[in-house]
Amino acid sequence: MSTIPVQAGEETPAECTAGRLELEDGSRVGVMGGGPAGSFFSYFLLDLAARVGTRLELDLYESKDYSVPGPAGCNMCGGIISESLVQTLAAEGIRLPPTVITRGIDAYVLHMDVGTVRLETPRLEMRIGAVHRGAGPRGLQAADWQSFDGYLLELAAQKGARVVRGRVEDVEWQAGRPQLRVRNGASQGYDLLAVACGVNSASIKLFEAGKGNGSYRPPATAKTYISELHLGRERIAQYFGHAMHVFLLNIPRLEFAALIPKGDYVTFCLLGQNIDEDLVRAFFGAAPVRACLPPDWSGPKESCHCSPRINVGGASEPYADRLVFLGDCGVSRLYKDGIGAAYRTAKAAAVTAVFQGIGREDFRRHFWPACRSLARDNRLGRLVFAVTRLIQKWRFARRGVLDMVRREQAHAGRVRRMSEVLWNTFTGSAPYGEILLGTMHPAYIGRLIGSTLAGNWPRREPARKD
Amino acid sequence: MSAGSLGKTYRPGEVIVHQGDTGDCMYVVQDGQVEVVQEQGSGPVRLAVIGPGDFFGEMALFEREVRSATVRAVDEATVLTVDKKTFLRRVHADPSLAYRLVQTMSQRLRKLNTEFAQRQPPP
Ligand SMILES: Cc1cc2nc3c(=O)[nH]c(=O)nc-3n(C[C@H](O)[C@H](O)[C@H](O)COP(=O)(O)OP(=O)(O)OC[C@H]3O[C@@H](n4cnc5c(N)ncnc54)[C@H](O)[C@@H]3O)c2cc1C
Repeated sequence: MSTIPVQAGEETPAECTAGRLELEDGSRVGVMGGGPAGSFFSYFLLDLAARVGTRLELDLYESKDYSVPGPAGCNMCGGIISESLVQTLAAEGIRLPPTVITRGIDAYVLHMDVGTVRLETPRLEMRIGAVHRGAGPRGLQAADWQSFDGYLLELAAQKGARVVRGRVEDVEWQAGRPQLRVRNGASQGYDLLAVACGVNSASIKLFEAGKGNGSYRPPATAKTYISELHLGRERIAQYFGHAMHVFLLNIPRLEFAALIPKGDYVTFCLLGQNIDEDLVRAFFGAAPVRACLPPDWSGPKESCHCSPRINVGGASEPYADRLVFLGDCGVSRLYKDGIGAAYRTAKAAAVTAVFQGIGREDFRRHFWPACRSLARDNRLGRLVFAVTRLIQKWRFARRGVLDMVRREQAHAGRVRRMSEVLWNTFTGSAPYGEILLGTMHPAYIGRLIGSTLAGNWPRREPARKD
Repeated sequence: MSAGSLGKTYRPGEVIVHQGDTGDCMYVVQDGQVEVVQEQGSGPVRLAVIGPGDFFGEMALFEREVRSATVRAVDEATVLTVDKKTFLRRVHADPSLAYRLVQTMSQRLRKLNTEFAQRQPPP
């Protein structure tokens, strides 16, 4: 590792006149956290460095054992690999095999109190994957699928990452370089530290203001709820098939809920305010929810469940000299496709570190734009979800939406504007800005007005003949 | 097709893309093998057989020309489509995503050059 003087004629940022920090042959990189962000970063950093002939030593620290079922080996999440991420990974040459994908998803079923409608993938193809982040829920009987996070960790190891099983307990800075220490282990010094510890561990406190070498402030988070419902393969095939079910129900404090079919389990995800048992009970008591579960199903009691936090704000200054924050502990995507956002920030950081440098200014110029575009789009996302909340509250609006989607789905070949908006909102397949733009099209607005009138027009029931 | 397969499964012999059709996506083979066949004046010529991880139809991402060959499943094959819009949106943000595609296209070009040179009569 060296500090390279800035060449005459090169762009010289005001605050970086002393020199440039770069990775070179034999540089040491520490990655804290082997969730998607940490594994993607390690994979791409080593891959890109090899392309330019730079040999790096990379230690990837992960405290969880992904072969252990239950929360101890799981980075709690809905486990949906978005349509855009599946395609991007395929283009990257990363294949997600059926031993990792527990179920391909080709449709979403939207449930509201006014009715239910099914939306198919635009190409009628399984392009969304449902995975277990760990080995599977607590009490797992047949371990037929591999952990998604474990699979990514293995890919990083195949690229040359040295996986260190253990929790980083201390981060120190000596002469501007990071030093990591795991319990009962010696301190290891690095030229670059990538932090990918997510928002569900106390480790993020190691970098709070004044403790690191930058002005990082962690992201705002919200509490969520997940539980794994054991239904068995046959009943999942019968009741869910390859469709994910989302619910827009007017239940106080409920924002969004989904049932995601996997191998032997259905993952239940809930976003809302002050989530408690009453809210969970109210959800499972709602008629549209009962209608899509087997009648003899006894409820979510005893199931493997957790209350992870989700990134809802984005960190400020997720970079400094020799330091970068990836995935959830940096900037993520609001409510959807967090794993896709982890991929994007991890890739941007890897490209920056290999081709530009590892100084604060390098990350600000070349890594931050990827974070900023997520953060800007999240602002529009807030608007999208505010409108969704109104639809959830107003029955006449729900009827209008339902009528419009039904008409679109009934006519093959018709431009499916509402279906596309809903599909992209629920799957996270497109940027929120694009979704919003779709709702401003005159044809969309015109049809929605028409459908709202038609959907709320008092219908005369046909006279009964008895 | 297993419950966890991504993409669409084609029966042996089933056509995935037709030569002459317009396209707005490329394809990545997930499972099985597919053959690339070109209709020429003298009849169909098999250009390649490709398997898991390989892609085809990538020209549609860059040009508006019609498909230059027909691709069909050899045995049962699962194939994932990558939309032009999704791909180009990502490439715009991260040009390094195109590296693998360029690498494969360059390998294909090298192979073609070699084959072409072998067919030329010695000077
Ligand atoms: C309810 C809910 C549902 C969600 N559903 C989806 C979904 O369906 N699809 C989707 O794409 N995203 C979803 N997300 C978001 C997704 O979970 C995250 O965006 C994603 O996990 C971020 O990856 P990461 O690598 O940044 O963090 P994490 O996945 O949290 O990984 C961090 C890793 O760091 C390790 N670690 C932490 N501290 C240390 C330490 N000191 N030493 C060593 N290791 C350490 C942890 O053990 C962990 O493995 C959901 C989130 C929630 C809360």
